[in-house]
Amino acid sequence: MTPTLSVRNLRVDIPTRHGVLTAIDDLSFDIAPGEVLGVVGESGAGKSITGAAIIGLLDPPGRVARGEIRLAGSRIDNLPRGEMRRLRGKRIGMIFQDPLTSLDPLYRIGDQLVETILTHEKISPAAARDKAERLLTEVGIPAAGHRMASYPHQFSGGMRQRVVIALALAADPALVIADEPTTALDVSVQAQIIALIKRLCRERGASVMLITHDMGVIAETADRVCVLYAGRLAEIGAVRDVVKRPQHPYTAGLMAAIPSLSDELGTALAQIPGAMPRLDAIPKGCAFHPRCPHVFDRCVAERPPAYATGSSDAACFLHDPQRAVAAAGGAA
Amino acid sequence: MSVTAPATETRGEVDAPLVRIEGLTRVFDLSKRWLNRVLEGSGRITLTAVDHVGFSIPRGETYALVGESGSGKSTIAKIAVGLLPPSAGSVSIAGVDIWRERDATVLRGVRRRIQMIFQDPYASLNPRWRVGAIVAEPIKAFDLVADKPARDARVGELLSLVGLDPRDARKFPHEFSGGQRQRVAIARALASNPEFIVCDEPTSALDVSVQAQVLNLLRELQGRLGLTYLFISHNLAVVRHVATRVGVLYLGRLVEEAPSKTLFADPRHPYTRMLLDSVPDIDMTGRERVPIAGENPNPISPPPGCHFHPRCPFAFERCRVEAPAFKPVAAGHAAACHAVDEGRI
Amino acid sequence: MTELAGEANVAPAPPRSALQRVLDSDIFYSFTGSPVTIASAVITLLLVAAALLAPLVAPHNPFDPASLSIADSLLPPVWNKDGVSDYLLGTDDQGRDVLSTILYGMRISLSVGFASVLLAIAIGVPLGLAAGYFGGYADAIIMRVADVQLTFPAILTALLIDGVARGIAGPQAYNDVVFPVLVISIGLSFWVQYARTVRGSVLVEANKEYVLAARLIGLRPIAILFRHILPNVIGPVLVIATINLALAIITEATLSFLGVGVPPTQPSLGTLIRIGNDYLFSGEWWITIFPGITLAVLVLAVNLLGDWLRDALNPKLR
Repeated sequence: MTPTLSVRNLRVDIPTRHGVLTAIDDLSFDIAPGEVLGVVGESGAGKSITGAAIIGLLDPPGRVARGEIRLAGSRIDNLPRGEMRRLRGKRIGMIFQDPLTSLDPLYRIGDQLVETILTHEKISPAAARDKAERLLTEVGIPAAGHRMASYPHQFSGGMRQRVVIALALAADPALVIADEPTTALDVSVQAQIIALIKRLCRERGASVMLITHDMGVIAETADRVCVLYAGRLAEIGAVRDVVKRPQHPYTAGLMAAIPSLSDELGTALAQIPGAMPRLDAIPKGCAFHPRCPHVFDRCVAERPPAYATGSSDAACFLHDPQRAVAAAGGAA
Repeated sequence: MSVTAPATETRGEVDAPLVRIEGLTRVFDLSKRWLNRVLEGSGRITLTAVDHVGFSIPRGETYALVGESGSGKSTIAKIAVGLLPPSAGSVSIAGVDIWRERDATVLRGVRRRIQMIFQDPYASLNPRWRVGAIVAEPIKAFDLVADKPARDARVGELLSLVGLDPRDARKFPHEFSGGQRQRVAIARALASNPEFIVCDEPTSALDVSVQAQVLNLLRELQGRLGLTYLFISHNLAVVRHVATRVGVLYLGRLVEEAPSKTLFADPRHPYTRMLLDSVPDIDMTGRERVPIAGENPNPISPPPGCHFHPRCPFAFERCRVEAPAFKPVAAGHAAACHAVDEGRI
Repeated sequence: MTELAGEANVAPAPPRSALQRVLDSDIFYSFTGSPVTIASAVITLLLVAAALLAPLVAPHNPFDPASLSIADSLLPPVWNKDGVSDYLLGTDDQGRDVLSTILYGMRISLSVGFASVLLAIAIGVPLGLAAGYFGGYADAIIMRVADVQLTFPAILTALLIDGVARGIAGPQAYNDVVFPVLVISIGLSFWVQYARTVRGSVLVEANKEYVLAARLIGLRPIAILFRHILPNVIGPVLVIATINLALAIITEATLSFLGVGVPPTQPSLGTLIRIGNDYLFSGEWWITIFPGITLAVLVLAVNLLGDWLRDALNPKLR
């Protein structure tokens, strides 16, 4: 079955006066129809840039230098701007982090929804208003008919995010990209919003690319997860596998560093020494090797490709099948 | 000058808690100007950000204040360090009521022993000052080291203590990452040899792996220097790792308080339970959760009686009318809930 | 101590000297990348240098009545058939060499310009700091005074102050105080922009946590304002100052043109333009045109520099 989104060998470059920075380096992944893929990474790992590259909204001078992006089989990374604009909203919906700035403060909620619907569908304004009202009810806004006439500032943060979700889903897109949709919200509201996104997308058969730094949200919501480090893929696989049995040393370190309610009370947190390298100082070979507890010679010189490990795929020489063979051969 | 735990200068109260907060209340007047009010016929609008909050922190321990936005935790933090005056109540540190003390020398002495670490590593360091000057400022302000070379050496010591290189003193904040800036902020906080540090969401703006480093650093410093922390956070999982005792805030009121172990093992107040349930299940235990209802109401016009009643699955008539008193539930464990008081939950 | 010290993956970068930081900076880079800006900077520097070195560079001293000769009046520029090589750009109605008068006149224009901008900053910035930091009544009073000040056009304010000073001092003594009066009158009409801009920036900065940290250790407001907040709000002030300089020069020229600026014995560019105005249509065009071109070029160059500075300091455009 054709994946909804297929990214192959994506490379995003940012030319600066100090040289060309590679924000994303050789990234490949698929999202199947109806699936939720989590894209996880810390600041600077490149997760937001990935979302921006897919939807064609990279801040210049950043640009897609190499690779292919396909939506339901057809390429979208080389489309002219007009076509890309039509694609946005209609087939790819976006949910951004800050609901305060995602909505235009000068226009009523109802008007913004109707505008979006009319941009992508040829129906009458009255039909659009009806659809807008139904959408608002679907996302859990009570007395939707009434609230169509409200302005964004009259809503609370969680309500605004629901409206943003309604906007994203208005044209029935095949893919929804959600970039840190709950980071700006209170903890008690986060869970509600995440559940809402998941339910609505499942009902419509839309795929979701959920970009976040919060592994907890991923564990609850995603089917598969892709872990980014310094613009490169570290690990990708089913959520259960990656979270419970991480195969890449970075993922393992990350999971160990996350505080959880089942940790031993009052203990120190496991930590990874050092920090993620900045884009202008990415080490040769494996980007993680200076911080890796299992580093050996090859890691310093060569960049590891992604190896299948039996559960997830990890870009780490520890999982090189040749190595296991060689070790076995050597021992024999 | 080496790094050791500071000498205690309490006024004869050696066993008393270092920090005692009683009946703390803070009301903000958000009314429009007089002319507007007259013309529009509207009344005064007040926001009770903090409503009779009291707790104490024994020396060397960490008290965590947990709450979401609008809970008043940041306001309490500012009142506790002397940045914002309370409307009522008192804050006593080492026996000195910092808001009522008139003797300037005594006040200055206490001020030296209080410090704060802020949430935003990007706004908490003056972008135009070098890191060395930033860390040296408290030393200069309290005349701790008069001689410049000695002061520079002390700054170098402090930077090493937090895991940075002493030569970094010549750099500007923008040359550092978020985690490193937070370390600089910690070094600054330690510069005056404080005893009590208020940590206002010190890791909320940091990545997970950096958060782990900073939390571990704070913990290690507490052990080495005998520091007392008031740790403000919205993240219960983080609190679990740092706190000796936890207080849960909702819309300006303390709704539950217990030793860390007890709060996580046996939460009583419905809001505490709801908060614990909202923490994402990273271990994928598939644990059962009470469905979460509604959103935090507007703090300007909170619900009458118990503020939490509209969202509470155990609410009944009395909750709508009467605000529950903060009563003990077990040894060292208290909650403000009618249902808990009556033994229904 | 734990292994936290291993944060940097490489040895920490050595701190750079101040000069190195300037050369490395984004601002310097944008400066060298824009030919227009470089040209403006060069022109401004040349004009300023010429004005400063006027006594050495100018062929004559137009302010010395003894050296003037009516016989040499109204001579055309040197490339004209009646021109004389002694007076490259011709002479005015009193026999003053136009080139020399331009050079000396620029001194007046530039010094009055700089001084009045400095005065405006000295008044406006502290008032803006106070209004922004203390709020309440201080803010209300300062801003209302600023509002009233803004209702008067700059020229009008300058004329007013000038007229009052003239009345008080009398025509004889007035000539001795004309420069301070000019500087004060122009400076007083410009302080409001600085106050408002600074106040806005202070409102933003005062809530930042580094200010809270300073209050925490008991620093007094004056110390906080000048040591912490001022360095962070001074950027826009520089931009306004540069553009203001051009405006101040024009204002002084206008006042002199109107006859209420510098005394006629020490003409500035404006005075020259006024004198030449009467002769414009009778054929002696050079008296007005050359000072006019100089004024225009100076003001344009300074304005372009100000534009560049504003864009260079704007973090969003980098």
